[in-house]
Amino acid sequence: MRIIDWLQLGLFVAALALITKPMGLYLGQVLDAKGRTWFDPILKPLEKITYRLMGVKAEREQDWKQYTIAMLLFSAVTCIFTYAILRLQNHLPLNPQGFGALSPDLAFNTAVSFTTNTNWQSYSGEATMSYLSQMVALVIHNFGSAATGIALAAALVRGIARHSVATLGNFWVDLIRTTYYLLLPLCLVFAVFLVSQGVIQNFNPYTKAKLLEPMKISVAKTDADGKPVLDAKSNPVMEEQTVTDQTIVQGPMASQIAIKMLGTNGGGYANANAAHPFENPTPLSNFLQMLSIFAIGSGLTYYLGSMTKNQAHGWSIWSAMMILFLGGALLCWWAEANGNPIHQQLGLAAADGNMEGKEVRFGVFNSALFATVTTDASCGAVNAMHDSFTPLGGFVPLFNIQLGEIIIGGVGAGLYGMLVFVVLAVFIAGLMVGRTPEYLGKKIQSFEVKMAMLSLLILCLTILGFAAWASVSQWGLAGLNNSGPHGLSEILYAYSSCVGNNGSAFAGLSANTPWYNTTLGIAMLFGRFLMIVPIMALAGSLGAKKISPASGGTFPVSGGTFVILLLGTVLLVGALNFLPCLALGPIVEHFLMLQGKLF
Amino acid sequence: MKAFLTEIRGAVMSTLILAVVCCGIYPLVVFGLGQIFFRDQANGSLIVDKAGTIHGSRLLGQPFTAEKYFQARPSAAGNGYDATSSGGSNLGPTSSNLVATLTQRVADYRAQNKLTTNAPVPADAVTASGSGLDPHISVANAELQMPRVAKARNLPVETVLALIRANTDSAGLGIFGEPGVNVLPLNLTLDGLTAK
Repeated sequence: MRIIDWLQLGLFVAALALITKPMGLYLGQVLDAKGRTWFDPILKPLEKITYRLMGVKAEREQDWKQYTIAMLLFSAVTCIFTYAILRLQNHLPLNPQGFGALSPDLAFNTAVSFTTNTNWQSYSGEATMSYLSQMVALVIHNFGSAATGIALAAALVRGIARHSVATLGNFWVDLIRTTYYLLLPLCLVFAVFLVSQGVIQNFNPYTKAKLLEPMKISVAKTDADGKPVLDAKSNPVMEEQTVTDQTIVQGPMASQIAIKMLGTNGGGYANANAAHPFENPTPLSNFLQMLSIFAIGSGLTYYLGSMTKNQAHGWSIWSAMMILFLGGALLCWWAEANGNPIHQQLGLAAADGNMEGKEVRFGVFNSALFATVTTDASCGAVNAMHDSFTPLGGFVPLFNIQLGEIIIGGVGAGLYGMLVFVVLAVFIAGLMVGRTPEYLGKKIQSFEVKMAMLSLLILCLTILGFAAWASVSQWGLAGLNNSGPHGLSEILYAYSSCVGNNGSAFAGLSANTPWYNTTLGIAMLFGRFLMIVPIMALAGSLGAKKISPASGGTFPVSGGTFVILLLGTVLLVGALNFLPCLALGPIVEHFLMLQGKLF
Repeated sequence: MKAFLTEIRGAVMSTLILAVVCCGIYPLVVFGLGQIFFRDQANGSLIVDKAGTIHGSRLLGQPFTAEKYFQARPSAAGNGYDATSSGGSNLGPTSSNLVATLTQRVADYRAQNKLTTNAPVPADAVTASGSGLDPHISVANAELQMPRVAKARNLPVETVLALIRANTDSAGLGIFGEPGVNVLPLNLTLDGLTAK
């Protein structure tokens, strides 16, 4: 834990704090149907044409049910759109490598994955997806699901800020305005910056390069039918081959990377995601990618403060998030910097920390920080392989996801997830002092608490239910890359990541099977949409309530007491739900590692 | 029912419009700007010699085994540095498979670089990277390999050290990330020197 690393951590937090207010103010303009931005001269005409083509009356607001139905319809149509492209990609243009169509289960899993902002990838991008599939079928969700998340958060915030109203805004207006005024301009600048760092953006076919030193490999010999030839003991016969070329991936990558980070999507263009030198070429691109994961979510806390005219509340939530973020980052960094004693006994330099699955240009600190950031948010891009982290280093991303990704969180999803905890915290505070709980002047009653609990129970039941099923099934165990407690962690991580709509993985798990693709796909749908419906009901109910004036007995939703109570609620719920299974996975593995036990 | 149909029209049309704007115009604008201002980077930072032979990309590592070359990190991408199959080993901290592999690599590294049997080995020299395509090795790793390369090429150690320094990508703005020695351009330069 070197001083230079502390400095980077300090710079990261400072940069995030600095952009929060400007981002929040700008979000206020974007999420106001009559708001003004610098881009109005160019984009206002486009916005108007878009509404006309869609048949949307921008000034007509929707109640929570209409808003939710519009959101579900948009998600369903884009999902089918993507499924169709993936199934037909061999007949469509921009496929210079001639990749075939995806299998039905893989196309289902991928379409759902991108629709739900998860970006779980059962496929390897550079060997599966045509340029058209990457650029259209997947990127449309990178924009659409991110804008959807922000729209939903805005609807909930309006429900909190308004009173005695039935409507929460218009989904279509929020979707289009967020995409045009927020995501597109940011992405354009960020993508061009990424190209300057070395991220590719072209439509060339893959390039063949001549290896400086040809490589000898031994591969299984195959007969005329492509079947492996077996010797007398039925072992495959190996033969030597010389590889003289390296095939270099090309394609429209930078435009996809920019939105995958800003929209907390996380789906990599290539299999190695942000560890791939083309996706994340320099430490500088890495720093800004981490910052861009948090940028919009952090600004949304300020948006909450300004909409509810209680900026201290916004900053209190931000502070609670930062405390959880720093706790996770420090634990992960400490674990990775200490490294693996088993490996160090073999002769690996102890000072280097755990470098398995990490890139030299990022080193231990930036890999640990990235892992924390990407799972605090529901991003799921990775710049190092979480599967090869030390047990406690891997515990942090897993636990972050299981808390519900409310530490800044996915764009929009993080805020509405955190607000569920705020409602619970206020409720618990009310119980402790024996008064009717109030949140910003609104009485929190049984309906609100039921809806808040429902969304939390769905998260926990779906993760644990599917993980339990997979870990006692043939199909579940067949996919494991590691045995012992680490195998359980692989399964647990997969379902946590999918239900949490994160998309990162303990990537050793071979999840591209019909069973995994289907169950993970259902887990993603539950994790996104079954969470959203109760939250929107909560928004509708809060919006309809009257405001009662604050009194001496009103629990303040800002300041130290509130932050501590909120942190307590988050950790208690998270810990009670998941510590038993975490104890069987990463925690027991940590102690086994210290004893030198191998599997 | 009519309201529902209006919403369906909204969903279908917004999908098509977003496909055009976000998946057509936007990537093409980035493509255009990239090709105008950062042509080299936008096309893969390729290393092309005067004869037009593409030797690789500055950003992607290649496998090396010969004494005279600096050796890159172990790679889990395909058969090693397969750029169409990026990825890590994904072996966990208590994997016996990983321990066996590391034991072998540590022994090989020490033997090849004439280190004592208990000398610490730089972690990056024996672990697989996340992408399997890591172009860099740590400075400590390069300096341990330096005497071997200098001897194999009959070059003074000082010359090789100067080349290591010249091919070290420093930390971003001097603060972010770690410095790393870029192996492919380093080996290419060495080949150029020795050929003269």
